[in-house]
Amino acid sequence: MSLRIVVCVKYVPDATGDRHFADDLTVDRDDVDGLLSELDEYAVEQALQIADEADDAEITVLTVGPEDAKDALRKALSMGADKAIHVEDDDLHGTDVMGTSLVLAKAIEKAGYDLVITGMASTDAAMGVLPAILAERLGVPQVTLLSEVKVEDGTVTGRRDGDSASEQLEASLPALVSVTDQSGEARYPSFKGIMAAKKKPVEAWDLSDLDLEAEEVGLEGAWTAVDSATKRPERTAGTIVKDEGEGGKQLAEFLAGQKFI
Amino acid sequence: MAEVLVYVDHVDGAVRKPTLELLTLARRVGEPVAVALGAGAEATAAVLAEHGAVKVLTADAPEFTEYLVVPKVDALQAAYDAVSPVAVLVPSSAEGKEIAARLAVRIGSGIITDATDLEAGDEGPVATQAVFAASFTTKSRVSKGTPVITVKPNSAPVEAAPAAGAVEALAVTFGALATGTKVTSRTPRESTGRPELTEAAIVVSGGRGVNGAENFHIIEDLADSLGAAVGASRAAVDAGWYPHSNQVGQTGKSVSPQLYIASGISGAIQHRAGMQTSKTIVAVNKDAEAPIFDLVDYGVVGDLFEVVPQLTGEIKARKG
Repeated sequence: MSLRIVVCVKYVPDATGDRHFADDLTVDRDDVDGLLSELDEYAVEQALQIADEADDAEITVLTVGPEDAKDALRKALSMGADKAIHVEDDDLHGTDVMGTSLVLAKAIEKAGYDLVITGMASTDAAMGVLPAILAERLGVPQVTLLSEVKVEDGTVTGRRDGDSASEQLEASLPALVSVTDQSGEARYPSFKGIMAAKKKPVEAWDLSDLDLEAEEVGLEGAWTAVDSATKRPERTAGTIVKDEGEGGKQLAEFLAGQKFI
Repeated sequence: MAEVLVYVDHVDGAVRKPTLELLTLARRVGEPVAVALGAGAEATAAVLAEHGAVKVLTADAPEFTEYLVVPKVDALQAAYDAVSPVAVLVPSSAEGKEIAARLAVRIGSGIITDATDLEAGDEGPVATQAVFAASFTTKSRVSKGTPVITVKPNSAPVEAAPAAGAVEALAVTFGALATGTKVTSRTPRESTGRPELTEAAIVVSGGRGVNGAENFHIIEDLADSLGAAVGASRAAVDAGWYPHSNQVGQTGKSVSPQLYIASGISGAIQHRAGMQTSKTIVAVNKDAEAPIFDLVDYGVVGDLFEVVPQLTGEIKARKG
């Protein structure tokens, strides 16, 4: 029987760009290029490796986002995923993590799955809570923050490297896995992969396809509210010295002046 | 006065500093009721009481160590049902965030993560966060349900505020999901004897310029002279020179110490995201054009192999 893998990916503003907020205090996507969140590439990579080991597997990449978010799906498809689902709806503007997880959970259930894989966090909001929220919503085990993952005979196992210990985890499918950037370098799409991706199916769903109401998502329906966003003041220029043999001593003098020594 | 639930991070009864900081913030929005789980939970009561906990709810069961995260969510939810708090505060560790996340879903609440400050507001607690690689500061609140907020280490001072801290056993019933993810083995990380990276008052980090695992002792020596934690940039970690658990940056740890010393680190956005909220920033780099110099309070353009050992020697000499 085919192993159905759904990989959740996010289209994020490029972190090297000048990111800022729109007037409604949502992320301004107009002035900054977007891309597939780097940490989600690791999720796609692990899905591909798990699929390679399975007798028969199908990888669906799923995203919730505006029109441009198709770019993130195309990247994942060109890496080797089989098909994609794009949930797009004007009413989704301003949706927070609780709302996004609601949409993802509905879409994952509609798509059908044995295994859900996500990155450890997005590179924009960087909350890192979506995997746990999604597992709670789906009612499946969370096998999260894995640096190694393996799926065999309906069981997922993996290693979670925490602050105080390294743990081996085990759960039965269906389950949700999140992987860290230590799980294995993500592959670059080949030319063949990029060409093949153009022919792969991308399904478009909106809120009505998922039996969701506009009030359950979006800025108005959000579970959290941003009241203000202030650009951090530019740091006042610091003292910079060139080492001419006394650089370490000068630095010690500075640290002593600041009472660190 | 309204009660605030505070999730306690402790190791066999020794409460970690971020939890004590959380009690300081909790007192701004209500009366802290602490929830301590697992072995040694009752032993946490004295220090929690000393820092403002009016009550300490404790529970221990094998499920807390044998299964991942969910048993602790069941327990925190039991505490939530018993107390009806105005907010739930949890330390922003990887596990803390997952516990908070699942609780928020269960109680139909919004969640705010990695708060760096907290104050009482007209419509509930207002959390400060540093976003977009700390280039913006936002103030946010939870608008649905009981606010669930995770707070970063070093976000508040630890203050003594003696309270009753009466210990009460918490009755926990584990749900069907509690035993979903089994922990089949656990290997404790070897202690370096240095402070924990995210909690340390001083962090000394090395990057590409350290040029090899065998040179990292230069960074460690400086750290030890200051009683600091050791960090590493992604380049140094990817090269295998230092463990990933010490990585500072977007895909590693986010730190906010009193003093951050970057050596041989250029200061790519990825790294800045993890250290830009440090109070005082110092850098040593031989490239005068390195972007890290835009952030520093004090920078030395020079060879770290010359500058850092000289600095370490000078610190040791001054400390006698």
